[in-house]
Amino acid sequence: MDSNTQRELYQQMVTIRTYEETILREYHADKKPVFDIGAGLIPGEMHLAAGQEPVAAGVCAHAIDGDSVTATHRPHHFALAHGVEINAMTAEIFGRVDGLGRGRGGHMHLFDPKAKFSCSGIIGEGLPVAVGQALAMKRRGTNNVAIAVAGEGAANQGAFHESLNLAALWKLPVIFVVEDNDWGISVPRSQSTSVPSNAVRAAAYGIPGVRVEDNAVESVYEEAGKAFERARNGGGPSLLEVSTLRLWGHFEGDAQGYRSDLEGVPGRDPIPTYEQTLRDAGVIDDSFVEQTRSEAVKRVEAAVEFAKSSPEPDPSTAGDYVFA
Amino acid sequence: MTTEATGTRRLNTAKATVEAIAREMERDENVFVMGEDVGPYGGIFSSTTGLLERFGPERIIDTPISETGFIGAAIGAATEGMRPIVELMFVDFFGVCMDQIYNHMAKIHYESGGNVKVPLVLTTAVGGGYSDGAQHSQCLWGTFAHLPGMKVVVPSNPADAAGLMTAAIRDDNPVVFMYHKGIQGLAWMKKNRRSIGPVPEGDHVVEIGKAAVPRSGKDVTIVTLSLSVHHALDVAEELAGEGVDVEVIDLRSIVPMDTQAIIDSVTKTGHLVIVDEDYQSFGLSGEIAARIAEHDPTILKTPVGRVANPDLPIPYARTLEYTVLPTPERIKEAVLKQVGR
Repeated sequence: MDSNTQRELYQQMVTIRTYEETILREYHADKKPVFDIGAGLIPGEMHLAAGQEPVAAGVCAHAIDGDSVTATHRPHHFALAHGVEINAMTAEIFGRVDGLGRGRGGHMHLFDPKAKFSCSGIIGEGLPVAVGQALAMKRRGTNNVAIAVAGEGAANQGAFHESLNLAALWKLPVIFVVEDNDWGISVPRSQSTSVPSNAVRAAAYGIPGVRVEDNAVESVYEEAGKAFERARNGGGPSLLEVSTLRLWGHFEGDAQGYRSDLEGVPGRDPIPTYEQTLRDAGVIDDSFVEQTRSEAVKRVEAAVEFAKSSPEPDPSTAGDYVFA
Repeated sequence: MTTEATGTRRLNTAKATVEAIAREMERDENVFVMGEDVGPYGGIFSSTTGLLERFGPERIIDTPISETGFIGAAIGAATEGMRPIVELMFVDFFGVCMDQIYNHMAKIHYESGGNVKVPLVLTTAVGGGYSDGAQHSQCLWGTFAHLPGMKVVVPSNPADAAGLMTAAIRDDNPVVFMYHKGIQGLAWMKKNRRSIGPVPEGDHVVEIGKAAVPRSGKDVTIVTLSLSVHHALDVAEELAGEGVDVEVIDLRSIVPMDTQAIIDSVTKTGHLVIVDEDYQSFGLSGEIAARIAEHDPTILKTPVGRVANPDLPIPYARTLEYTVLPTPERIKEAVLKQVGR
């Protein structure tokens, strides 16, 4: 892999991590000493994607203008990697009028039509929408691709299987990305899934299925590249599962008492590992790392400032946008 | 909205609806049809007859039995700027795909702060009366109308079906288009004589949200929709000979609902009977009564009458089914009670 791409993948992951750490800080800032999920500048459920950066960075690096992403309840990493406008995204998470949804969506419901990004809070149910986007792309004769993201828990939902069947049947340009972070909230994959890898399920629909085992951004990038090439050239859908890592809880406030693997988790963090690899290869050095981090912090803090300075929605506008 | 009709012909409701779809498909490349058996079969209730021959399989797409998958796909295509017409064969099947309908189709525009539109028509067959049992005979429009973000259109006759379908396709919102099997004019099912009627030629649009008054009267108001409109009209004709002058309001859509038309009529007559083939409790009939009560309960000279399904699964046996349906006999009894007979 060329070193420019390596540096970009690293920068993307650092930006995402910085974003999630900053949202974490802001989310908890005013929920102390007593945690109240509905309190503070960022209320509600908060699902952060620390540890899953390689999936979003490695997949979205292949996206071109007009490609869409349909993400999950844990959407920030894919949103950032797919070029969602960071200020409007952050304002939406803060529930402000300058947010992507003018404060009507929240962190699980981010819609950026310019970047062609959307997400859904219902497990597996974003996938059919991606199938329809791909149908429109194909009908219009574009070479665009719909990226449909799901967790490993979603692979047991009917919507997942219906979507794979339709996309395969109609040979649509869809890439199904399964982020296997091993946990459906508190239930481990071993207790939810009848097969050792969701990639094998692709065979049921006659499409390629691949599993990346190491949560390494370059492995994801490489396998995703094949799926993109196939989709853009009319070869139809593919399934790419990545064994990834939920570094933090299912949502903030989750004490993770159920989690047997916690002790080993910090050592599996994909970012320091990749950073070391690139240092060893002479692709990045101290000053590049420092600059990458400080640029990420600057960009994310500016987005938080933007969000905080945006007004809260006027209560009298609650009824706006129910209908077009 | 305008109607620029150049003449009329007599069509059944199914044919009138298909004509409207075909006209819009010729006008707009983005319109396409997707659903189970919409291709060579032409729709189980003739809702797409002949479209495949005219527009080909790229635009008339037979789907697998996979409602979550293909209704979700229609939503995705709509967010990409296409204008799908997607068919849920029987409304009773909504249980296998409701997440796409109420959590996605109906909420995306709102959640996106108006930035993403979902211009989609979800067509679905409703209604009983032919012993299809509890899972193939329901109306359920109250269920859809309860959930915000989708318009709910329920035509009763060929001309309205055509005009409302045209309006629905051109609407930038998701519209649920609920057609009663008993008004389609099918050769293989008992039908009301008015399921074949005059339909304007040319560009015919019926504005969504405006009720019709197919019969004016001064004594009692019947507010109803869909097949029950015809029962109400039949009862009104019968009672005219007995000295009771009944006004019939055909709602045509319940989201939005023409509340003013109801209030105006009840203000005139002072008596209201609501006829609804859907379940009685927590539904359309209760909503109409509440809107009158919120407006001014004193316009009523007698308590509201309701003729609806008495909260029972729809039975199979004919004698039982016709006990729960809003039959002309039940409607007549309710109207006479209003005038003290």
